[in-house]
Amino acid sequence: MNNIVIVGAGEAGGRAAIALRDGGYTGRLALIGEEVHAPYERPPLSKAAIVEPDEPRPTTISGGDRLGELDIERMTDVAVAAIERAERTLALSDGRRLGYDALILATGARARSLNLPGGEHALTLRSFEDAQRLRERIRAAERVIVIGGGLIGLELAAAARTLRREVTVLEADTRLLRRSTPEILASAVEARHVREGVEIAKGVRIERIDPRGRGFVVHSSLGSREADLVVGGIGALPRTELAVAAGLAVENGILVDAQLRTSDPDILAVGDCANFPHPLYPGRRMRLEAWRHAFASGAHAAQTLLGGDDAYAALPWFWSDQYDLTLQIVGLVEAGEAIVARELGDGATLLFHLDRDGRLVAAAGLGTIERIGKEIKLAERLIGRRASQSAAALADPGVNLKRLL
Amino acid sequence: MAEWIDACAKDDIDAEDVMRFDHGGKTYAIYRSPDGEFFATDGLCTHEKIHLAGGLVMDDIIECPKHNGRFNYKTGVAKGAPVCVNLATYPVRVQGDRVLIEI
Ligand SMILES: Cc1cc2nc3c(=O)[nH]c(=O)nc-3n(C[C@H](O)[C@H](O)[C@H](O)COP(=O)(O)OP(=O)(O)OC[C@H]3O[C@@H](n4cnc5c(N)ncnc54)[C@H](O)[C@@H]3O)c2cc1C
Ligand code: FES
Repeated sequence: MNNIVIVGAGEAGGRAAIALRDGGYTGRLALIGEEVHAPYERPPLSKAAIVEPDEPRPTTISGGDRLGELDIERMTDVAVAAIERAERTLALSDGRRLGYDALILATGARARSLNLPGGEHALTLRSFEDAQRLRERIRAAERVIVIGGGLIGLELAAAARTLRREVTVLEADTRLLRRSTPEILASAVEARHVREGVEIAKGVRIERIDPRGRGFVVHSSLGSREADLVVGGIGALPRTELAVAAGLAVENGILVDAQLRTSDPDILAVGDCANFPHPLYPGRRMRLEAWRHAFASGAHAAQTLLGGDDAYAALPWFWSDQYDLTLQIVGLVEAGEAIVARELGDGATLLFHLDRDGRLVAAAGLGTIERIGKEIKLAERLIGRRASQSAAALADPGVNLKRLL
Repeated sequence: MAEWIDACAKDDIDAEDVMRFDHGGKTYAIYRSPDGEFFATDGLCTHEKIHLAGGLVMDDIIECPKHNGRFNYKTGVAKGAPVCVNLATYPVRVQGDRVLIEI
């Protein structure tokens, strides 16, 4: 193999490029991204980029400054328009064509837009430019309505509230954070927002958004609410259009095997756009929108292309920051059947999720980073051990989790 | 001028653990390795300035509590994303049951 092309220059694509060179690959390597920036970290976009007083700049991914030294053809501000598999050729948006021996799809996800009249008035967040715009608009606003009580909606609500804006979160579901977070912790997150003065309404059906003056009116089952700014945080959709058009198997993401190969063995998929199996959770497939997965699957695809046969096995893990609270979840909460809570003091909680056999399959922590950081790392290692754990020991904060390893 | 500062008692830190130490407007992390040796580094992660003392020590590695950036606390070398900038380290001396660092 002498000609590898990576489509999408985010965390996963950038990481794959660095890992290929670090792994000894010396052939041609191209990294194509439609954004103008070097691969950058998205997590700060809903946090520091909004609240910090200094104008934000994109944070290049770790090691990203080395991309220039690694003999990588970097094409920015150009998109891949089509994959012609029979010729192993890519068609680019500027008319260029580019051959490949192996392809890594790292196209990420896009923010879902609100599919209702006036939905285009709700600003969404995915890119650095989106964050810059939101930063300006939040700062110029008095009243902000956030549609969607998921992670990004709540992080933006916290950011806007930290900047002392009046903030309302409208959630369609009867609870917040259903997709990502166990109910006990989601309620605690909600309580914190309410204490900070955010208004949270659940079970709300949005009907339409009308412009009025320099602001908007959001019509919903709650009635009509005015705001200077409407933010949409209703999730993300994997960017699978290239894969679909090329006839690859796609179902909630681009389907890959344990080595991250798609239904075409010359094409791999990584990061937010990929749907993969996990050896710790047999019989399931997952698609994750989380920084660690982007990083680890990018690196793993490089190993596969360099001849590795290992199954991709990085544990799912994400964090979210709201006010001084950190939420961290490791493992797969849905795989658990019982929950054991460990109280860590100062209101911090760690939930252990155990499967039918008493094995730890996930842990979820909420509190300050000082309280939960170390504990969740130990929980992660316990998950990796796959041993059954005593619920009493897990629940007792006096028992050092390190001893259970 | 570098000087030796009394940071803590030996018993303040368990083996294979870390403690925060603030001095002169700066913050440090003091480590005790699994075999009982002491080490000191800057207290804040080079990624987003989080206190490393809330992290996990395993063998020679401190893992940052925030995004799992890893450093070798004996050498300060960054060991994996998202961290790529090394940590400053400081000489440590044990005197009786006290741990001193040179800063
Ligand atoms: C606002 C925000 C906050 C987040 N916060 C957290 C957090 O706190 N914790 C956490 O764990 N995770 C967080 N995440 C998730 C994490 O950032 C993502 O999982 C990660 O960025 C995914 O990396 P990726 O490389 O798969 O996709 P992306 O980062 O989306 O990169 C894909 C790139 O491919 C480009 N591209 C797509 N199609 C084409 C094409 N046809 N041609 C050329 N280029 C193309 C895109 O423009 C993009 O630059 C957050 C995400 C967002 C958006
Ligand atoms: S703050 Fe330490 S890894 Fe990000």
